[in-house]
Amino acid sequence: MFEKILVANRGEIACRVIRTARAMGIKTVAVYSDADADAVHARMADEAVHIGPPAAAESYLVIDKILEAIKQTGAQAVHPGYGFLSERAEFAEALDAAGVAFIGPPVGAIEAMGDKIASKKLAAEAQVSTVPGYMGLIGDAEEAVKIATDIGYPVMIKASAGGGGKGMRIAWSDEEAREGFQSSKNEAAASFGDDRIFIEKFVQRPRHIEIQVLGDKHGNVIYLGERECSIQRRNQKVIEEAPSPFLDDETRKAMGEQSVALAKAVDYCSAGTVEFIVDAERNFYFLEMNTRLQVEHPVTELITGFDLVEQMIRVAAGEKLSVTQSDVKLNGWAMESRLYAEDPYRNFLPSIGRLTRYRPPSEGDAIPGGIIRNDTGVEEGSEISMFYDPMIAKLCTWGEDRTAAIKGMKSALDAFEVEGIGHNLPFVAAVMDHPKFASGDISTAFIAEEYPEGFEGAALSDASREKLARLAVALTHFEATRRQGISGRLREPSGAVNRDWSVEIGGETISQTLDAVEGGREFFFGAGLVELDWRPGETLARAKFEDETVVAKVNPAPQGWRIRWRGVDLVAVARSARLGELAALMPEKEAPDTSKLLLCPMPGLVVRIDVEQGEEVQEGQALAVVEAMKMENILRAERSAKVGSIKAKPGDSLAVDEVIMEFE
Amino acid sequence: MKEILEQLEARRSEARSGGGQRRIDAQHAKGKLTARERIEALLDDGSFEEYDMFVTHRCVDFEMEKTKIPGDGVVTGWGTINGRQVYVFSQDFTVLGGSVSETHAAKICKIMDMAMRVGAPVIGLNDSGGARIQEGVGSLAGYGDVFNQNVKASGVVPQISLIMGPCAGGAVYSPAMTDFIFMVRDSSYMFVTGPDVVKTVTNEVVTAEELGGAKTHTSKSSVADGAFENDMEALAQTRRLFDFLPLSAREEPPVMPVFDDPERLEPSLDTVIPDNPNKPYDMHEVIQKTADEGEFFEIQADFAKNILTGFIRLEGRPVGVVANQPMVLAGCDDIDASRNAARFVRFCDCFNIPIVTFVDVPGFMPGTKQEYGGLIKHGAKLQFAYAEATVPKVTVITRKAYGGAYDVMSSKHLRGDVNYAWPTAEIAVMGAKGATEILYRSELDDVEKIAARTKEYEERFANPFVAAERGFIDEVIMPRSTRRRVCRAFASLRNKKVEQPYKKHDNIPL
Repeated sequence: MFEKILVANRGEIACRVIRTARAMGIKTVAVYSDADADAVHARMADEAVHIGPPAAAESYLVIDKILEAIKQTGAQAVHPGYGFLSERAEFAEALDAAGVAFIGPPVGAIEAMGDKIASKKLAAEAQVSTVPGYMGLIGDAEEAVKIATDIGYPVMIKASAGGGGKGMRIAWSDEEAREGFQSSKNEAAASFGDDRIFIEKFVQRPRHIEIQVLGDKHGNVIYLGERECSIQRRNQKVIEEAPSPFLDDETRKAMGEQSVALAKAVDYCSAGTVEFIVDAERNFYFLEMNTRLQVEHPVTELITGFDLVEQMIRVAAGEKLSVTQSDVKLNGWAMESRLYAEDPYRNFLPSIGRLTRYRPPSEGDAIPGGIIRNDTGVEEGSEISMFYDPMIAKLCTWGEDRTAAIKGMKSALDAFEVEGIGHNLPFVAAVMDHPKFASGDISTAFIAEEYPEGFEGAALSDASREKLARLAVALTHFEATRRQGISGRLREPSGAVNRDWSVEIGGETISQTLDAVEGGREFFFGAGLVELDWRPGETLARAKFEDETVVAKVNPAPQGWRIRWRGVDLVAVARSARLGELAALMPEKEAPDTSKLLLCPMPGLVVRIDVEQGEEVQEGQALAVVEAMKMENILRAERSAKVGSIKAKPGDSLAVDEVIMEFE
Repeated sequence: MKEILEQLEARRSEARSGGGQRRIDAQHAKGKLTARERIEALLDDGSFEEYDMFVTHRCVDFEMEKTKIPGDGVVTGWGTINGRQVYVFSQDFTVLGGSVSETHAAKICKIMDMAMRVGAPVIGLNDSGGARIQEGVGSLAGYGDVFNQNVKASGVVPQISLIMGPCAGGAVYSPAMTDFIFMVRDSSYMFVTGPDVVKTVTNEVVTAEELGGAKTHTSKSSVADGAFENDMEALAQTRRLFDFLPLSAREEPPVMPVFDDPERLEPSLDTVIPDNPNKPYDMHEVIQKTADEGEFFEIQADFAKNILTGFIRLEGRPVGVVANQPMVLAGCDDIDASRNAARFVRFCDCFNIPIVTFVDVPGFMPGTKQEYGGLIKHGAKLQFAYAEATVPKVTVITRKAYGGAYDVMSSKHLRGDVNYAWPTAEIAVMGAKGATEILYRSELDDVEKIAARTKEYEERFANPFVAAERGFIDEVIMPRSTRRRVCRAFASLRNKKVEQPYKKHDNIPL
């Protein structure tokens, strides 16, 4: 076994690998850029080597710098994590040449699977199911129609050089195939200067399901079940689970065996993932093979009991797999939520900055009958920088079945506090609460279909609204009672409890009757009892109701409380009924109309203003440049308009939502 | 006998209806509460005792004898906020537009006298059309009497003004002499002369909102210390502020039961200072992580944002905070920041509220605008305020403390009691680059040499230890233990006593 390995990565995955290596008694070496000098992974490893400036292209992606670090520390093997150099054949080659083990597949396998078209051909040769289609050159429209009929409609007509939806058409009939071919060809020629077109089956409402394979250097390959990663936003996976709620044993076996066949065809060893799309009839088609550890590998670990990183290290050291296919048993259900520093309320705009508060839920078996696991590379006070992937953490839960895993995830998310930056936690919580997600009826189109206008917060049921209202009453009563303990009073407080309450909650007002309070923490609303576990200053409140315990994030707001729970973000103000009457007299103020304003989207420095007062601007025209974290962001007009007054000038340092200019 | 008793109730009921239902409805239609409703929302339930409910004016000109409404446009009395006594006057816009008559003013003066006698704060809820013109000089005399009371009460008991409607002309000078002014957005304005007169005299066209609305006075003029969304929010927040203030200068600030551990460590403060000395960070985080329960009641939040002022509690006891804010103008001291902080420091000193100062200041703001504006005198105000303050003063230097601004910011030299520095502190005459450019002017052409000199200077002076070696810093502390250390420092200073030489009063450079 190796005595020392180097982890050529950063963030949560570096921490993840270091943890396993340490458990195996192997010393670890971390590498870090300037931006990661204080990072958790660099501190966690036994040694840490500085490898250059923040930009990955000048640090984590520079093979020579990694080699230098290896030389300096005498590491015998390198785990590449995912991303960065993990699928670079030349990196694996360079390590070979240096006599250092690469904890991953052989160079040949990386190369074979690195090319999308070539890997598809290889897969087809290995009898792996691929999307029916025609890879050759298509001469004219009639040939296209014939191919389309052979494949069966609907089909997708795609430009070979395509991307971003350009030169892409979906055809449901001969007529559409004919037209689609022509327009794709024209578009492709115009956009890419390459009018080669190919046709393949269009898979409707596909699911993304992938098979985890594991092989050794002795020809053994097994599969460790599947993961479903259909919940994606613009091809970025957000929620993954294992197993898939959709596969039956037969399909699982077929997919698994084909994946193993493919792996064997390229002499694969180490951990790898074969990605498929699966249609509504459980037809599955090979997409690609990832020759590395996947981000979402923990869900497989949770249901199989394998430590994939450990297996990878053992395989790299030449050990034989200690298990065979028949030893692989899938146990229970695992969910993973990727927490990203992306603000769901601002169309998932990346949000960078300091984690002023970062309190993950406690890991382990804190939830009854379940497990919480949180893979992260940050801590409170860490900086989410623009240089790398904006992932904050991978929160995983395990339960006996899917319902239990989801339930565990909900409570884990409830208790997860992240402040200082925008993040997608409310969005993930809302998805977990979504009935369609709960039913398992998902596809890669889930987010686009269910949140077509983006995310504006989860809806609140009447029952939940009442619970949050009672929570607000309980908090307010507790806080008011505490304040009565102030020194310098004329008389001791009478201890009288206000009975009739008016709660303004998320734009509605509801009445509540508080009949009694016992021990300061038990609140009786008629027959309904709420037990409050909270003290002033705490930002998590636990309120035990008869049927559930609500764990909500609570922060003081000007008159009441900001409450965040399960994707809901609202202000609740609890007052005596009389003050409620007075509050009802307050004018409703409309939020200022920002459609005629150019607001600064992130804190930054105005580099220049590209327009002048009175100028007519067109949609998409550059208006101003704001520099944030050394990145120049061009702000463009959303529609044509006339520039009114300009409020900012170059050199100004602006906060989020500060007005840069007004339009007429 | 019963009839006589009933008569009282009838007269009370008449007084309580103020200017009548029609005017009350009009007040509500403007999104404003009535004078009595405001008192209800401000004070503890049922605690208000009204005085002078039956007072009427004595004017007989302009047929005024026909419009006599009991109370005469202002509701006065006392009540409690969380059980602590407070005197209140609330102008009633439904009665003759809340205009100030001789008797209206006398009612206000009366409760202020009582407030001073018993040592309880005064809260004024202002909503008045101005002087009662029919009364002429009698009304002006009334104003004058109120102004005089405000001055007399200043430093005796805390005075808070809420502007909840118009406040124009001479009327503005009563709130202006109180300790804090808060405004309600969109429904209040203050100015000495209104838009019409402005137009006539200077030809400027300006709306009342632009001239004297909440936004103007919180962000441009600094006349107001804060603004709130509506009456209810303003009154709720006033209650919150009240809980920080002692009842009078004779008393200690109130102690609140709190649920926070004074020993709480904040490891994340160790990384709050960025590696790059020119990169800002938000000082709010340092304040909130130091404070009990993270609560910070900010004063003048929208003005001179390069300095933060406000109240926190430590171990339940109120503490005033002054802190440079590196996020704005690099945390420079300038005219606005100095004025702002000086007034705040003096308020704290008036009322026995200890002061904690967080320092990250690269110096005073350079430029003609600042010099012509009198930065020398304004900067001196802050220096003066800190030096004369006898309340416990604890200072934490987080990063830069350069030049004269180092001295100003509650340094040891201005009688700072306990002065801490984080290891990241740089206490020096100026930044390394500037210093070497002056010290080694002859070597300026040699880039390498200058770089070496800069490095040398940084190593020698860009740290807290040079100051600590001289005792100007009592202790270099870990950022994570700031709360623990500051709490302990104030605890140790609880019995601080300072003897002052005799003087009538000082002569702060106003």
